[in-house]
Amino acid sequence: MSVSVETAGPAGPAAEGADAADVAAEEAAQALRPHAEDAFAAELAALAAQDDRPRPERWLLSPWAVATYLLGGPLPDGTVITPKYVGPRRLVEVAVTTLATDRALLLLGVPGTAKTWVSEHLAAAVSGDSTLLVQGTAGTPEEAIRYGWNYAQLLAHGPSRDALVPSPVMRAMSEGMTARVEELTRIPADVQDTLITILSEKTLPIPELGQEVQAVRGFNLIATANDRDRGVNDLSSALRRRFNTVVLPLPESADAEVDIVSRRVDQMGRSLDLPAGPEGIDEIRRVVTVFRELRDGVTTDGRTKVKSPSGTLSTAEAISVVTNGLALAAHFGDGVLRPGDVAAGILGAVVRDPASDRVIWQEYLEAVVRERDGWKDFYRACREVSA
Amino acid sequence: MTATEGGGRVASAGAPGAGGPLLLGVRHHGPGSARAVRAALDAAEPRVLLIEGPPEADGLVALAAEADMRPPVALLAHVVDEPGRSAFWPLAEFSPEWVAIQWAVRRGVPVRFMDLPAAHALARGEEEGEGARTDGGGEPAEEAADLDSVRIDPLGALADAAGYDDPERWWEDVVEHRAASGDAFAPFEALGEAMGALRETYGSGGHERDLVREAHMRIQLRAAQREFGSEGVAVVCGAWHVPALREKVSVAADRAVLKGLPKVKVDMTWVPWTHRRLSRHSGYGAGIDSPGWYGHLFSAPDRPVERWLTKIAGLLREEDRLVSSAHVIEAVRLADTLAVMRGRPLPGLTETMDAVRAVMCEGSDVPLALVHDRLVVGDVLGEVPDSAPAVPLQRDLTRLQRRLRLKPEALERELELDLRKETDAARSRLLHRLRLLGIGWGEPAESRGSTGTFRETWRLRWEPELSVRVAEAGVWGTTVLGAATAKAEADAVGAAALADVTSLAERCLLAELPEALPVVMRVLADRAALDADVGHLAQALPALVRSLRYGDVRGTSTGALGEVALGLAERVFVGLPPACAGLDADAAAAMRGHVDGVHVAVGLLGELASSGDGGGPGGPGAPADEGEPVVVGTAGAVGDVDSVRSPSAGGVRGRWQRVLRGLVGGERVAGVVRGRCARLLMDEGVLAEGEAARFMGLALSPGTEPGEAAAWIEGFVGGGAGGGMLLVHDERLLGLVDTWLTGVSEDAFVDVLPLLRRTFAAYEPGVRRTLGELVRRGSGQQSSAALMTEGAPGFAAELDPERADAALPVLGLLLGLGGEQERGGAGRGGAADGGAGRSRNRLVGVA
Repeated sequence: MSVSVETAGPAGPAAEGADAADVAAEEAAQALRPHAEDAFAAELAALAAQDDRPRPERWLLSPWAVATYLLGGPLPDGTVITPKYVGPRRLVEVAVTTLATDRALLLLGVPGTAKTWVSEHLAAAVSGDSTLLVQGTAGTPEEAIRYGWNYAQLLAHGPSRDALVPSPVMRAMSEGMTARVEELTRIPADVQDTLITILSEKTLPIPELGQEVQAVRGFNLIATANDRDRGVNDLSSALRRRFNTVVLPLPESADAEVDIVSRRVDQMGRSLDLPAGPEGIDEIRRVVTVFRELRDGVTTDGRTKVKSPSGTLSTAEAISVVTNGLALAAHFGDGVLRPGDVAAGILGAVVRDPASDRVIWQEYLEAVVRERDGWKDFYRACREVSA
Repeated sequence: MTATEGGGRVASAGAPGAGGPLLLGVRHHGPGSARAVRAALDAAEPRVLLIEGPPEADGLVALAAEADMRPPVALLAHVVDEPGRSAFWPLAEFSPEWVAIQWAVRRGVPVRFMDLPAAHALARGEEEGEGARTDGGGEPAEEAADLDSVRIDPLGALADAAGYDDPERWWEDVVEHRAASGDAFAPFEALGEAMGALRETYGSGGHERDLVREAHMRIQLRAAQREFGSEGVAVVCGAWHVPALREKVSVAADRAVLKGLPKVKVDMTWVPWTHRRLSRHSGYGAGIDSPGWYGHLFSAPDRPVERWLTKIAGLLREEDRLVSSAHVIEAVRLADTLAVMRGRPLPGLTETMDAVRAVMCEGSDVPLALVHDRLVVGDVLGEVPDSAPAVPLQRDLTRLQRRLRLKPEALERELELDLRKETDAARSRLLHRLRLLGIGWGEPAESRGSTGTFRETWRLRWEPELSVRVAEAGVWGTTVLGAATAKAEADAVGAAALADVTSLAERCLLAELPEALPVVMRVLADRAALDADVGHLAQALPALVRSLRYGDVRGTSTGALGEVALGLAERVFVGLPPACAGLDADAAAAMRGHVDGVHVAVGLLGELASSGDGGGPGGPGAPADEGEPVVVGTAGAVGDVDSVRSPSAGGVRGRWQRVLRGLVGGERVAGVVRGRCARLLMDEGVLAEGEAARFMGLALSPGTEPGEAAAWIEGFVGGGAGGGMLLVHDERLLGLVDTWLTGVSEDAFVDVLPLLRRTFAAYEPGVRRTLGELVRRGSGQQSSAALMTEGAPGFAAELDPERADAALPVLGLLLGLGGEQERGGAGRGGAADGGAGRSRNRLVGVA
């Protein structure tokens, strides 16, 4: 570790050649979480070797191969590609195709639907580099999307290309790569607007120098946004028009979601040294059922409609409710996950807006939970905490 | 032209069954097939055309040429004496059969239908007892021989062989989306061969009935060949049947198959059809999912994808979505690229819809659902010329009219019905059903004299245009019952407001449509669940409970209805408290009305529920109902916590009383609502001794704003005669009002005066005068504290049983309990009816 730190200093951005590449590879191997293109380098290489379909310019793989990389499957030579994204094939196809037609791609979804994950793997498969990334925050400045200045250079030599510090987007444009913008809707509206020219004219003017950077073929942009954050910094219709939108859905079936939740809870519980009781899985199923029913606005048997509260009720929240309940059971209860342990957590997740959500929750309790077989304890526990 | 023709002949002649007739195997409702059929017919110019369909319809073909005939239409066959048993053969503009008929009719080429006669097909359904009878006319089991519905899915097998996972898509790619090539016959040859290979493997594919039908087709084909020569015959049939028609089977063998088939008398006619019904699984059994898309593919002269997406953009713009031409361009590009990526020759419906979702709808499925509904399925309604034979619905109606001795007369007349008589009940049902269908033969009128629910008055008048309405309603089904059911279901799904659905439910009960009721109830439950406005729910509840009682009168099963009503009540209970907070005067007045409405409805509902599960009427249910609230009443001071802890205690009435109690104590609840709730609780008899006075004291205490207090009074004692009587008889309350009023400052008094005047002006003059006298006598001058503890003048601290018993004989007379029961009346009068118990208290007071 110390070696890499030492060498990283002088190597810097200016250094080139075999040495730097080796260092980078070594760093990647030691990183807590390696980039997609490094972690799945073998699969990408296998795909590239097998791929005989036409590739858009500067793409490392054909669109078909990119879709296969994401969705997984066996290759003709027997290599098995692991699935990176479990979800509808149609969505992945639309996403990849969008990148192939020079339109930008906007991945929407509630938190925990693997937006960032998908965008990273798309960039890795298409351009072999998922690091051209702009992290969107409320404080993201225009420089992060266009370019900044090296002020020492600027003062010493005046404005020139040498004094210019390109943004990831600018680099992607000049090299024909895939740029990524995370949390697009968190970025202030005026900063968002700098993307409009880039996406429609495919050019980035530098008025200070009287120059411009024109996007090379192969450039494209993947943005992710949280669709529950709508209204924070809503995209202008001019910008929205430049994106094709793909909404990543929540898990399709209850079983899949229970599976995800229990696996994650298991992992987290182990790190917190919490014992998982034998009845745990029933309670997890119950939490997932409640979340799904409120989210979908209809009961699992499809016979009763319910109102949906304002909260997201994503899988990630279900996981936290269950972990919370486990902690409660372990430290203050008898170690077995009981309805009472999750009731408070569920209430907190469901009732975000004290006025309207509370009514929705009580309606749900009275209309659905009260009548359900085997849910008596749960109903009572919920009544207790929501009083 | 001649070159193509020559080529075609050669190809045709080279086919197995050489020199034989031109066999055009198609997919029913396939636009590509339709186009290919037209091209092939143009090229071959046959002298007679045989089409898969019932031969009884031969005489109706000429109608297809009339200008008034507009697809989608359907050939309808039904058993003469039993219109409910029927089968449909729907034809859309893009159906190959329709194209072929049009081609033939325009050139004067004779058309013959070659399938097994409907007479046999319908008779068979009866014999085998399988669901050929469909009153809704929805899905006759007949004619289920299309490719798609074959039990061993041959298309699936072919698609699988071609490496497709979706047979529909394979068919579209290989057949429907094929650009017209030079040879008009080539597609049919290829398809015929493929089907031949399939039939070799699968035989009849699980449809034994096909063998019979194909035998009949072969016989018809031979007859046509004898008449016109084998070169002059063209056949349009499902591709599945082509190999069977090529087969060499002896005439004797075919006849043997057809021998001794059962037969019924069958009538045929054309009926208008809709795209929506095409998309159902019916008729040819094809049940295509996207008639609108197929229609577009067939009618678009060129660039179908571009035109389709432009059409969608137009629809979205109409719905006020921002869709520019740039969107359309991008959507076309995306669809094209998607098609390339998925390895399809042309973008299909999936690709275009994916593109629309990503480009025009921002990834959302909501606008996409609109596109699907309006364009992919579409709202096209067919038309049939007046000269078409009468629809079976008309026959069914005529039959019913004769049976019920209700003649259609142009002269208006009134009809009194006593629903306890069977004929009258049937008449009422018929009229209600017709009304549901939009056939306004009878209009309900106010009953004269009796107001009993078993009586109905109708004003009847048959106008000529009603016949047209009947013909139009034929789309919904072949019998009045079936059509009304289908119409009610469709109405429920399409209803805009919750109240519409409730009234529909009422009408369904009146018209006795048990099959439509579950659908209506479901929609009702869904609407109620999603309606956030408690006002709407509160409005819907009384109507629903009323329907419950109607149902009772008519002996309809109302289990589902009761369930929905209870659910609705539950939602009202939950939603009402927050909805009552922070209201202005008008909204508060409206809310007070809602509270009243719900109260009455809950009362009825409670009765129905308790008589339902108690087994016996009244007896066991009533004491429990009376007893429970009292328990709550004594614990009332402890308040909400208690009621929350025991949520399921008590029936719907108990829960409603808890809601009322919560409202009475609610801080931000409008005064008029709080007053009203206190009054309702008091009338229910669940307030403990002196509790009403306590509530009033709280509401009228000096800290309360005078306006609020006046509103409370209006809520508590306002509204009709009963309110005034309460003040007359309970001097404690009058004293409280009096004390409050004298304590109100001068400025405030001017403000509350109009409110008070409104409250008291509604009383009857006698009540007003008595009140005035009481006030003059000065009962209110005692301190209210003393009143609370000692009781008012005229009231003892406890009930005096002796004096109470003295009133019992009169009470028995009033309630019609009769002489013998008088003996043990003391206990009985109290327990049998809560109302009697309460009025006894008042009588004591007066005495």
